[in-house]
Amino acid sequence: MAQSTTNSTKNTAKINWLSICQLDDIVPNMGCCALVSNASNKARQIAIFRIVSLQGEEQLFAVDNYCPFSQANIISRGIVGDLNDKIVVASPLYKQHFELSSGQCIEDKSVRLNNYAIRLNGSTVELALSSLTAAPKQEQQKNPQLKQEEK
Amino acid sequence: MSTKIKLVVIGNGPVGHHFLESLVTSGKANNYQVTVFGEEPLPAYDRVHLTSWFKNQDVSDINMVSNGFYANNHFTLHIGDKVTQIDRFKKIVTSENGVEVSYDKIILATGSFPFVPPVPGHQRDNIFVYRTIADLEKITAAAKTAKVGAVIGGGLLGLEAAKALQDLNLTTHVIEFAPRLMAVQIDDGGGKMLRKKIQDLGVSVHTQKNTQNISDGDNAVHKMSFADGEELETDIIVFSAGIRPRDELARQTGLGMGARGGVVVNNHCLTSDTDIYAIGEVALWDNKIYGLIAPGNAMAQAAVDHLTQTGDSEFTGADMSTKLKLMGVDVASIGDAHGTTPNCRSYTYVNDREEVYKKIVVSSDDKYLLGAVLIGDAAEYGSLLQFMLNKMELPSEPEGLILPSVDGSSTGIGVDALPDSAVLCSCMNVSKSDVIAAVQAGANDMAAIKSCTKATTGCGGCTALVTQVLNNELEKQGVEVNTDLCQHFAHTRQDLYNIIRVEKIKTFAELISSHGTGLGCDICKPTAASIFASCWNEHVIDNKLHGLQDTNDYYMGNMQKDGTYSVVPRVAGGEITPEKLIVLGEVAKEFNLYTKITGGQRVDLFGARSEQLPAIWKILVEAGFETGHAYGKSLRTVKSCVGSTWCRYGVQDSMAMAILLENRYKGLRSPHKLKMAVSGCTRECAEAQSKDLGIIATENGWNMYVCGNGGMKPRHADLFAADLDDVTLIKYIDRLFMFYIRTADRLQRTSVWMDNMAGGLEYLKAVIINDKLNIASELESEMTNVIDTYQCEWKTTIEDPEKLKRFTHFVNSQAQDDNIIFTTERQQIRPALASEKLIMEVN
Repeated sequence: MAQSTTNSTKNTAKINWLSICQLDDIVPNMGCCALVSNASNKARQIAIFRIVSLQGEEQLFAVDNYCPFSQANIISRGIVGDLNDKIVVASPLYKQHFELSSGQCIEDKSVRLNNYAIRLNGSTVELALSSLTAAPKQEQQKNPQLKQEEK
Repeated sequence: MSTKIKLVVIGNGPVGHHFLESLVTSGKANNYQVTVFGEEPLPAYDRVHLTSWFKNQDVSDINMVSNGFYANNHFTLHIGDKVTQIDRFKKIVTSENGVEVSYDKIILATGSFPFVPPVPGHQRDNIFVYRTIADLEKITAAAKTAKVGAVIGGGLLGLEAAKALQDLNLTTHVIEFAPRLMAVQIDDGGGKMLRKKIQDLGVSVHTQKNTQNISDGDNAVHKMSFADGEELETDIIVFSAGIRPRDELARQTGLGMGARGGVVVNNHCLTSDTDIYAIGEVALWDNKIYGLIAPGNAMAQAAVDHLTQTGDSEFTGADMSTKLKLMGVDVASIGDAHGTTPNCRSYTYVNDREEVYKKIVVSSDDKYLLGAVLIGDAAEYGSLLQFMLNKMELPSEPEGLILPSVDGSSTGIGVDALPDSAVLCSCMNVSKSDVIAAVQAGANDMAAIKSCTKATTGCGGCTALVTQVLNNELEKQGVEVNTDLCQHFAHTRQDLYNIIRVEKIKTFAELISSHGTGLGCDICKPTAASIFASCWNEHVIDNKLHGLQDTNDYYMGNMQKDGTYSVVPRVAGGEITPEKLIVLGEVAKEFNLYTKITGGQRVDLFGARSEQLPAIWKILVEAGFETGHAYGKSLRTVKSCVGSTWCRYGVQDSMAMAILLENRYKGLRSPHKLKMAVSGCTRECAEAQSKDLGIIATENGWNMYVCGNGGMKPRHADLFAADLDDVTLIKYIDRLFMFYIRTADRLQRTSVWMDNMAGGLEYLKAVIINDKLNIASELESEMTNVIDTYQCEWKTTIEDPEKLKRFTHFVNSQAQDDNIIFTTERQQIRPALASEKLIMEVN
């Protein structure tokens, strides 16, 4: 299995890694949603994506599952892909794209999902508990005005 | 402005109506107090397409007046009331019903009437003319007890009338005095070919027949006796022996008249009275009556320009070139069709196998086109007409213009060579510069050009040319017409379809590694998934395909705004047993689902959490339900009325047909959703004409309508074929759907697909009915494959424990999404608003 990427493992401080699931539980090039909590936080929904390139290179990403445009917990159900070489997920309701490595919304610079440190430990997918301290974004609301398909 | 100018428009035919539209367009309509009189009981309708009335006997098919046109513009309309007198001294017009209106200006647009030669017996019953809807109604009524019909007159209108008689299932004869059909417009060779083609369609053509007497028949109502001693028995006779101007009002008013009738007008369409204009077929310009719509419209424009002083167009004669489809046969005539110009040369191409005749007449030096006749294939009409109208120099060896191209290259006109002023669409008077202006204003496909310029919406003869100008202009503007699907594939959807089909590609990885770049995206992935499904029909959440699916296809339900899904089982044709209906109710109750009847005649259950879907569907599948594909770009429903089984008006079993069709095409993935409907009679209760594919029962079978839709831009479906038997109907639908799947763009409904297709409806008929591309059997076998590999996606899913694992909301917990919160409204659930959720949290 190829190397996994993490966002903030340089920090020498001891990081508590929380075991989420087995890698095989996540279908390649799809997402899933994890329910994560630590002692000080309300349980939070995190969308985890497993990206496998054509060459077999594995990457894991973790961002909020909450979509500020639709105010629903659905990001993990979006289609993943790349736009201008950035790996993105498209929100399944109003189709905004979010960059997986940063959570940044491509269509609206003012919107960013929280992103979380994630790694593969053996065959286990683990999330850094410390990265959960970022404030949840449940309050944020955005107009869902992006291309709505004709019903 | 203190007082308005009192304008009276006498006549509410197509030209009279065009005058009113042009007046509105001029922006000066407010300066006039407009009163319109029309003798017929209906506002203006499109006489040119009178035959289409027969299909549905529905006036709205040919109505020309947009909703609220008269009211919005404050025009007063008196229909069913004829003007009987113009008092030019008191300046008052008086109508049959006694309406008196004083006027400052009059527009006389009384049109013409059909000429009936005074043959002995012409006043007998069951003898008609062909001009108004009232005439058509009389003919239709008489046809009910008739077997044979004859049309006297083999001109353009006569052949239209013959088509009408044939559509009424009469054995049809055309009687022509001249030695050939359409003697004015086409030459001998063309006449021969036309005659052959029309006889092939089952119409008997008799030329050089001078009808001398009509009397009682022995085996039919009438016996027609001809000068050559022959006789013909027929039940119905329709006279179509030319038109005469309806000038009696003008004559009685004392306006200047032509020796053989017609109101004399000048270039502004002014009569001898400078307060009275005459336009259309009542007007005589340069001693000529113009019996076509385009010159009539040009006269209307000239009159508006002069009246309102908003333009300077004058009527200076009109080109009488014409292209039309007579009984499905293309016929075109341009300029000097008979080659009467001294020293002219002509070139002729005759193909007996394809039954095509083409002739061009050119100047003695081969440089300029003078005329042309095209029978059987009039594709070159647009470019030939431009060569003539604009006096453009012909290529050397001008015969190449009508010879079939061997290498497939176009020998037509280079649109760059056309002057900007060239009129591309003569029906709607749209010039090349109008089309260019529309493109520059952002219209970048044919559908947009049609809606903003109206080009091609008359006879449609200019479609190919307008398309060329459009593409040429887009190219020039550097608007690279980028038809790439997305940044991962430099291909159109159609290209990808062909690639997948030909190379038998079954996975996205194969496709993108051999024909694309990158990881893919939310555009190309679902597109590829849809094509895979159309070609190979594997399960949508098969392991290699599920990552490509939009969430709706993945969860096999429609995601709603709160992240829950809706559940829509198939209820083919809307027919459901009480037992099954109870099951739906019980499921809705058990899972507390919001329940609604849909427009597609089924039941929609809302508010299911993803993890509830398998349990819900297990019950439904066990009760005999299948998935309804409400979530897919695929066949949705086949709506139906009960048809002949219950309804006293039904003429066919629409219910059985709807169920058969829904079961046949269920699960068919396509570029966009597909909707169908079947109506059991012409009352059309199933609203079939608003569907991609609509079917309306007739006494003799089924009428098939294509490419309609509701939604944001509603469009009525077009009649595609009439009186089909079951087998032919299904064959055509198989081919049509597969051709759509093969060639449409992503998310392109059938209506836009057809509107953007060069040749439109007629081309589609050529491909589907006449198998012009020689692909019909291929399309049919592709459809057979899809039908044979159908599976209920939900049934397969609930039988597969591995697939069921994917429906939990969390990968690491059996908990539910706590953000899905409902409240109650009208005794049912609905998603709570954010403000309501906040209150619930506080409590």
